[in-house]
Amino acid sequence: MDSWRGNLRVFWTLFTPGTFWLLIFFIIPLAWMFGISFSEKTSITETEFTGTLANYIRSFDAIYLQIIWKSIWISVLATVFCLLLAYPIAFGICFVPVRWKPLLLLLVILPFWINLLIRTYALIAVFRSQGYLNLVLGWVGLGPFEMLYNDGAVIMGLVYVYMPFMVLPLYATIERLDRSYLEASLDLGGSQFQTFWKVTLPLTMPGIITGIILVFIPCLGSFLTPDMLGGANAIMIGNVIERQFKSANDWPFGSALSFLLMYVTFAALALRAYLAARSKGVDV
Amino acid sequence: MAEPIIALRNVTKTFPGGVKAVDDVSFDIDQNEFFALLGPSGCGKTTLLRMISGLETPTSGQIIIGGEDMALTPPNKRPTNMVFQSYAVFPHMTVADNVAYGLKVTGVPTEETKRRVAEALDMVKLTHLAARKPDQMSGGQRQRVALARALVKRPKVLLLDEPLSALDAKLRDEMRLELTRLQENVGITFIIVTHDQDEALSMASRIAVMDKGAVQQIATPSELYEQPTSRFIADFIGKVNLINATVVSSTPKKLVCDARGLGRIELPHDGRAAGDIAIAVRPEKLKITDTQPKAAKKISTEGKVRDVAYYGDTSHVVVRCKDDLELSVNVQNDSRVGGSGVERGQKVWIHWAPEDTLVLTE
Repeated sequence: MDSWRGNLRVFWTLFTPGTFWLLIFFIIPLAWMFGISFSEKTSITETEFTGTLANYIRSFDAIYLQIIWKSIWISVLATVFCLLLAYPIAFGICFVPVRWKPLLLLLVILPFWINLLIRTYALIAVFRSQGYLNLVLGWVGLGPFEMLYNDGAVIMGLVYVYMPFMVLPLYATIERLDRSYLEASLDLGGSQFQTFWKVTLPLTMPGIITGIILVFIPCLGSFLTPDMLGGANAIMIGNVIERQFKSANDWPFGSALSFLLMYVTFAALALRAYLAARSKGVDV
Repeated sequence: MAEPIIALRNVTKTFPGGVKAVDDVSFDIDQNEFFALLGPSGCGKTTLLRMISGLETPTSGQIIIGGEDMALTPPNKRPTNMVFQSYAVFPHMTVADNVAYGLKVTGVPTEETKRRVAEALDMVKLTHLAARKPDQMSGGQRQRVALARALVKRPKVLLLDEPLSALDAKLRDEMRLELTRLQENVGITFIIVTHDQDEALSMASRIAVMDKGAVQQIATPSELYEQPTSRFIADFIGKVNLINATVVSSTPKKLVCDARGLGRIELPHDGRAAGDIAIAVRPEKLKITDTQPKAAKKISTEGKVRDVAYYGDTSHVVVRCKDDLELSVNVQNDSRVGGSGVERGQKVWIHWAPEDTLVLTE
């Protein structure tokens, strides 16, 4: 292993493309945005760095705090629903006969093969007031229900979009779980229910936490789903940011909001690290 | 005679796909026995143990534990506890929590749980590690946790699945002694599954040898070694010289046969035999001499030493005789000089008493 590190030419050959990529497409734009967030607009197209904190102060206006807060709880609910739905799915895939596993895993990732925009339009076609779901419900004399253009529709859409990110890490952890732990619990007199709460759940916590992170963070920053499925008041912070860069043409404020969103994300990651340190012995 | 703690009646397990792991097994295990299920891998011994624990359900047959048929009872309702091959010590709990687990889930009062956990940890000498997490412990220590966790439940039967296989040689010898001692102290039935004949012979009071899902013989260790009922068992338990022979005549007390490399020999034998059989003799029953032995009653043959392997207390000598018959002889190195006293290439005579010869018709 140390040979390639010793060989500088090989090291730089392998090291440069990735570093270059990160630098050009991630670090520099991020730093630039960071600069803009402390800038002021001077004309329609120009900004000037003044070191002002006005953009950040404006972000703490009640209206934006409200939207951030709403984005957080919508993301939390979407993550919780994802977890509740994905856990049994992942568990099921782990315990079916081996020959079914590849097919079921394929079904989980299949939606990725279709563009998100198209999938979201498909959701609209299913759930709108003259949509397929209401059509079927109409046959049994129910509805039609208004299912779109509210917070519930946004949560439903987010759960649909991010479900695979929850299923896959859960599947990986449950699959690795040594069945003899579960057998030991049963053998020692634990019921199936006790075995699940006291053994299965704690031992699959690493997968649960990874899944939560993988779903919660993109949910928090999403703008397409709330834009298309949410009503007029169902906007999330992602939509506000998008508007600053487009219709509002206020890049400094948009950058400041973006960085605030990033700090919320960092807080979530810090929480994860804290949980990981606390549950030492189960590697998270 | 007290009633057996475990009675197996025609127990059969067929796995999906049609593999018969356990095929019509019936036997009893008595109270306070140290019982071993011994056999090569894939012989069905672990499946049988798991059926006793309830982790597998038999396809047919009865598993009577303490007088009650428990073939379909789930594991958490059985008076048995298991020490898993991988130990399965819960990694997210401390040693004390691991041991307390089985008491907590069944609603044993907190005070009693504390007392019993302390007793169990004391029994396996882990009191000083009660607050540790399993990932900070050695394999031997983890196994003790698994033992304490099972014994604290005070089961009628303790099941041990290959308990020594993951330990290194020295620890294995220690643990072997400790398990026997523990069994005497706690006075409950132990059933151990092992593929290691030394383990079974040295620990168990009775052994069931299994092969291809069926029980071949159930006997005490010395009976198994000295009176195996089949070629498979003679070969599986300890080392043995197996010699093909053809029966010439057979009376209820005596058997005359032509054995490969030995010519016509007379053996004491209860019961009749006919056709092709095998005779077997253990290496330590053979004697090596330089000259032809005088005693007429011995079975003897001449040969040339092919190999001498020195093991300290004994030497294992391989002698090639007539008809390419190779015999292994264990020689005690009972004098400090000279070792086994034979060298490769040397011409020697081998002899043994006819009554040390086993006649195997199966």
